This record gives sequence, structure tokens and C-alpha cells, in this order.
Amino acid sequence: MKISIERATLLKAMSRAQGVVERRTTIPILSNVLIEASGDGASIRATDLDVEVVDRVPAMVEQAGATTVGAHTLHEIVRKLPDGAMVSLHHDAASERLHIVAGRSHFSLATLPREDFPVMASSEYDVTFAAPAPMLRRLFDKAKFAISTEETRYYLNGVYMHVADGPEGRSLRCVATDGHRLARVDAPVPAGAEAAPGVIVPRKTVGELKKLLEDDEAEITVSISETKIRFATPELALTSKVIDGSFPDYTRVIPLHNSRRLEVDAADFAAAVDRVATVSSERSRAVKLKLDQDRLVLSVNAPDTGAAEEELVVAYDAEPLEIGFNAKYLLEIAGQIERENAVFMFNSPGEPALVREGDDESAVYVVMPMRV
Amino acid sequence: MTPALPALCRDCLRRFSAPPGPGRARCPACRSPRTLRHAELETLSIAHVDCDAFYASVEKRDDPALRDRPVIVGGGRRGVVSAACYLARMRGVRSAMPMFQAMRLCPDAAVRAPRMEVYAHASRRIRALMDELTPLVEPLSLDEAFLDLSGCERLHRAPPAALLARLARRIEDEVGVTVSVGLSHCKFLAKIASDLDKPRGYSLIGRAETEDFLRDKPLSIIWGVGEATRARLARDGLTHVRDVLRADPRQLIARHGAMGRRLLELAQGRDSRKVAPDAPTRSLSAETTFEADLSAPDLLDAHLWRLVEKVAARAKARGLAGRVATLKLKRADHRLLTRRATLTEPTQLADRLHRALRPLLERALPEAPFRLIGAGLSELTQAQEGDRMADLLDPDAARRAQAERAADLIRARFGDGAIAKGRALSAGGFRISEKKSSTTRGGGAADQD
Repeated sequence: MKISIERATLLKAMSRAQGVVERRTTIPILSNVLIEASGDGASIRATDLDVEVVDRVPAMVEQAGATTVGAHTLHEIVRKLPDGAMVSLHHDAASERLHIVAGRSHFSLATLPREDFPVMASSEYDVTFAAPAPMLRRLFDKAKFAISTEETRYYLNGVYMHVADGPEGRSLRCVATDGHRLARVDAPVPAGAEAAPGVIVPRKTVGELKKLLEDDEAEITVSISETKIRFATPELALTSKVIDGSFPDYTRVIPLHNSRRLEVDAADFAAAVDRVATVSSERSRAVKLKLDQDRLVLSVNAPDTGAAEEELVVAYDAEPLEIGFNAKYLLEIAGQIERENAVFMFNSPGEPALVREGDDESAVYVVMPMRV
Repeated sequence: MTPALPALCRDCLRRFSAPPGPGRARCPACRSPRTLRHAELETLSIAHVDCDAFYASVEKRDDPALRDRPVIVGGGRRGVVSAACYLARMRGVRSAMPMFQAMRLCPDAAVRAPRMEVYAHASRRIRALMDELTPLVEPLSLDEAFLDLSGCERLHRAPPAALLARLARRIEDEVGVTVSVGLSHCKFLAKIASDLDKPRGYSLIGRAETEDFLRDKPLSIIWGVGEATRARLARDGLTHVRDVLRADPRQLIARHGAMGRRLLELAQGRDSRKVAPDAPTRSLSAETTFEADLSAPDLLDAHLWRLVEKVAARAKARGLAGRVATLKLKRADHRLLTRRATLTEPTQLADRLHRALRPLLERALPEAPFRLIGAGLSELTQAQEGDRMADLLDPDAARRAQAERAADLIRARFGDGAIAKGRALSAGGFRISEKKSSTTRGGGAADQD
């Protein structure tokens, strides 16, 4: 194999590969990327056996072929090369080395045979549909903060994507929860997605997906089976196993009948929460919300370190209420609200609150209160 | 003529002088034979106080009908022995033994489910009595602690040995359990001493006899020498303390590193560790080594539950909650596996701890058999910072937590009376408590009420 690739192009592909390759792995080949050259381009493939990313980049191919080489080292080399350099990659079959030449720099790296590289079988998918990148971005971005990291309930370690009846009709829906907060985000069902099976997309895949959805104009081809999901553009394909488990029935935990309504500017609210939480010495900073007639008093009382209080003018005309929350959870939810006021629907100090943007029910959040 | 030695009556606390010689001196005041006579009686000041078969003693205290019967605390939701009274121990019952084995050895035993909150409550009362004597109390677990009584003589107008005898008597009178006291000049020997004369014992190891006392003891008597170290030392021909004393110190340290240094010091009866009351608790843990390596998932889980209950009781006794749960397993080849789970918020509840650790145990099962299992809680915070949030997806968790709390509360407030009634119902012992247990385990709190 002998090819030349523009440095910036190769760097971008290698950064993406880096994200997937596990830093510490006991299987040497999984530290490598598979480079395959043919026609007028090369594909760069990385995997951790659960997620696979394939980047198709333009290259001058002098001699087709393939090899695998350490992802981390190649990424570092390319990163340190001067901008605008042409990078030549030459795999010498006899010495089993990959020679990298750019300007006057020359490197030779050990390789492992391409045959040893595990390529994720492109299985049959049940459903394939196209969706605009911004729509998918919204679905995953707004839900991902609620993904659980707790290993015990592994089926919560991802975003549950499925088709459901939403307040605005049939929807493609993403749900994530860690048991303390929950996010439910809806979008219109794209043509052809109606029969898609519900799948739990793992946290790592959701993270990698962000890079693929950056381009506003891109149309993403989504393919889903019971065990795998694939997001693809002509240049890039991200294939992932889905979490083998069943997502709990989340519908019953969304409080639909909460009647005490608070409306507040999300940015003001977040800034105030952030300020009062400063005095808390605890890792989970508890903030008390005291509501009475268009007045919201946020307070933190940490006996060891101090106390803080801030008053906000809000819209609230239900019975007075005192309720505590983890400041981090409030900030994360407020951070999802971008255009309109945040609307909180409370019931009692011991029951979950529902949060949404204005009266838009296409994205709702649930948060558990905390004893204060 | 040999000079008379200082002596002390453990019953009436009278101090007197007695000539050395075989047999025990009787107290000149109350004629009790429970006396102490030792040259260093008035100078030794580092003590280890250890409750005798603590859990079982508390059960006997709360139900006098059990007094002369062998009592096993255990079963509960799972089938291992948590504690056995001395009558049961005489029949071969040991803690951490599978329940069926214990019942085979001692079929007439009364079996009681552990009531950790009651034990924690008793432990707090004992701790309060200790705190009256000295600020230097270092608890090791619910039922044992080191005390440093140096310099307290003036304050209490009695030597440490007498203060400890009074402490033991007060614990018997006010808490209703017996303790064994070890008094020496360092922690290592005090701990050994408390074990010499159990139950209701009191032993002294003075500076003068330290070397003679240790010389012919096996090395396993030394703190930190477990099975693995013992085997390694034995390969070098070191099996008894005397072998260490005879060995070349440099070679010992070269071959065994820090362990070698410690062996050398402790073999000479030197232990510079201080009684450290304020060492902030960084973690709570409990572990158990099996008599025979274990692979049965149910039994391993039974041990895990027992240990988790212990850890939770300690957290509750100290007002702590922890964010990181740890499972420790030692394989048959002595390789140690440690698995950690970070919880979404700190907890002090046995139920939550167990739910975090059980999946870790399940995943580690392919590595079985194991010779040791342990459970731990770390990244500790104040209790009020933990267990503050309910779980959206597990509404039962809130009820289980409430049940655990309610039980704590009732027992703490009404203690013995309230519980005596409940216990009468489960007086059938093993079978009933086992059956009750599986309901709690499988079906959650809902099935219980």
C-alpha cells in the first residue's frame, strides 16, 4: 500500500478514530486503526468491538492495499506535522512496517496484519431511514445529560430511541434517565422509520455521534436492527451495538398531573442557582426553592461553610411551596432551555417535578426532589 | 522473700497486695476469686476491650429464656452464621459458617435474625462509657476498641487496670453484655491479651514477660500475618516468633520488605502505633475468610449480605454515608480482586449497598472459588448528605429504605420491649426466619406487609 493524504484530512479522521479506540486494551489489535486504500481514497477504521467508525478520505493511491497501525502514535505524528503537509503512507510488506514521510520527517511504525482486525459484520438492518443532522442532534443532545453511569442498571447507560405516541402525534423519541432525572425528547417520525425497533444507544456512541452530526446540511442515513444501529453519511459511518437490555417503562414516572406552575427565565434561574450553590461544601449541592406569590427564593444552608439566598421575580400563583433539588440537576435541565421561559410543574415537596420549555411538550424533563 | 505484687479485685474493685505464687489470690474484702495480680498492674495503660460474642450476647440479654441455650445469630435473609454464643461455639459453630452446617453441629440452637440497629445502639452505649474514661478511644468495629489510659490515673484516682475493671463491670450492669479486657504496653499485645481469657476475661502482658510470652507463639499471632505471608515465611524456615528473633534482621528486611521490618518489631513486642481516636474514618469495611474455598453463588451472596449489614450498621452508628461501594474477593490462589461501584448519592443503607455490590459479585463468579469476601463503603460524608433522593424507576426502594429506617427508629426508641413481642412470633427459629427472609429478598417490601 502506498498513498498520500493531505495532513488536515488525515488528522480529522485520526481524531475521530482516537475517540473510539480504547486507551487501555488487552487486545493489541484494538489499539490500531485499519487503513484500506483503493480507487481514489482510503478508509480509516477503528473499533472497540462495540462501536466502529469508518472514515472515507480522499487520497492519492499509488498502490492499493491495507494494513493496521497504532492509532495513538499515528494520530500524534500527524498532529505534530506542519499544517499543509502532504503525508505519504507506505506499507512495506517485507518489513511489515508502515513508513510515514512528510517533508523531511520520516517515521516507520510496526504494523499488525489486516486480517487480524475485527470488522463489524454489516448485518441486516430492519429499518433504514434518512433524517436531517440537526433533528438527530437535538434528539440526542437534549437527552444525553440524563444518561446513567451506574453499572448496576446497565440498561440506563444509553439513550433509548424508539417510536412512540407523543403529545404531537407519532414521534421519533429519545429518552434517558439515571433514576434521579429523566429527559424525553420528541421529533416527527422520518419517512420509513415507523417500524424501527426501540434500541438503547450506548453513552459512548452518543458521544461519538456528536462529531458526525456537526454539519447542519448533512442528511444522515440511520439503519436499525435489534442488535445494531448505524449512522452514515457518504464519508463517515458509525456502527454500534445497542445495549442488550430492556429500557424500563418510563411513561409512568412522568408526572402529567402536577398543577403548581412556575414560570421563570431559564438563564436568570440557572445563574441564581449557580450563585447560591457556591457556598455548599457538599458534592451534591442541595438548593432549596421557596415559592410564594410570584416570588422565588433560592437558598443554600451549609452549616459548616455558610449560607446564601437569592430572590427572583417569577410567575407563580399556586399555594406556597418549599422543595429541594440537587443544584447540578437544575443547572443541567435549565441548560437545555434556549428560547422561551422554563416552566416547572410541581406537586408536593416529595414528588418529582416536570420541566419544559414554555408549553412546548416535545422536550420534557423530570427531576426528583432532594431532602433539604 | 519475694515482694508482694499489686493486686485488684474485678468484682469489688478493691486494690490490695498479694504474694506471688500459683493460683489466684482471693479478694480480702469480698472473697471473690476474680482477681488480678501482676507486677506491672499499676503501670500498663494500653487496653483492648472486646465484647464476648457480641450479637449473641445482646440476644441473650433481650430474651432471658435464651440464657442457657446455644444461640446463633444468622440466617436472617440468607444462610450464614453472623455470630454464635459460647455454648454454640463449644459445639463447633463459627461465625461465617453456612447455616445448615451450624444447625447440623448444634440442632438445638436458637436462631435469631441479626438486629444490627440494636447492636449498634448497644455499641454506642458502650462507647459512651469508654469516652468517660479517656478521649483516646479507637473503635475497631461495633464490638471492640483500643483505649489509651496513660495519664488518666490522676483524673480518676485509680490506675488504668482498675478503671478497666470498673468499665467492664459497668458495661455488664448498664448494657447487659460481657467484655474481655487485654491490658499491655502496646496495641498489638493488648489485642492478643484480650483474647487469652475469653469470655469475661481480663489478661495482662507486662513489659518484663513480653519476650517470654511471644517466643514460642506461631507467627500467625502477629497482626498482618495472614495465610499467604505465613506460607511464605514458612518456606524460609520461619514458623514461630523465636525464628524471627534468631534471624538476621538485614536479611529479613531484604527478603520481606516492610513486612519484615514489622515482624521484627512486633516479635520483640514493640508496636509504635498510637491509639488514634481522631483518625478520620476514610472507609468502612468488613470481610470474612472461609474455612473452605467457596463458589456457590447463593452462599457467597449470603456472606455478602451479612457483611453489608455490618458495614451499614457501622455507618449508621457513626452517622456516615458513603458514595463508593467496594467488593473484595480473594481467589483460591490468593489473588485479590477488587470491584468498585460509584453510587449516584452517598448511602448508609444495607439495601442500597447490597444492590450495588451484588451485580459485581455476579460478574466476578467466573473467577470462583474464593477464599475471602469483603464489602466496603468509602468516600464518606455526613449521613445527612446521603440517601436524600428517591429513585424514579424504583419506587420500592423508597419503601425498603423507609422500612429499614423505621426498624432502626423503633428499636432505638423502644428497643427491647418492642422487639420482644416481635421475636416471640419468630421463636420457631431457623425455619421461620429463613422463610421470612426469602420473602423480603425476592419480593421486596410489598410482599412483607
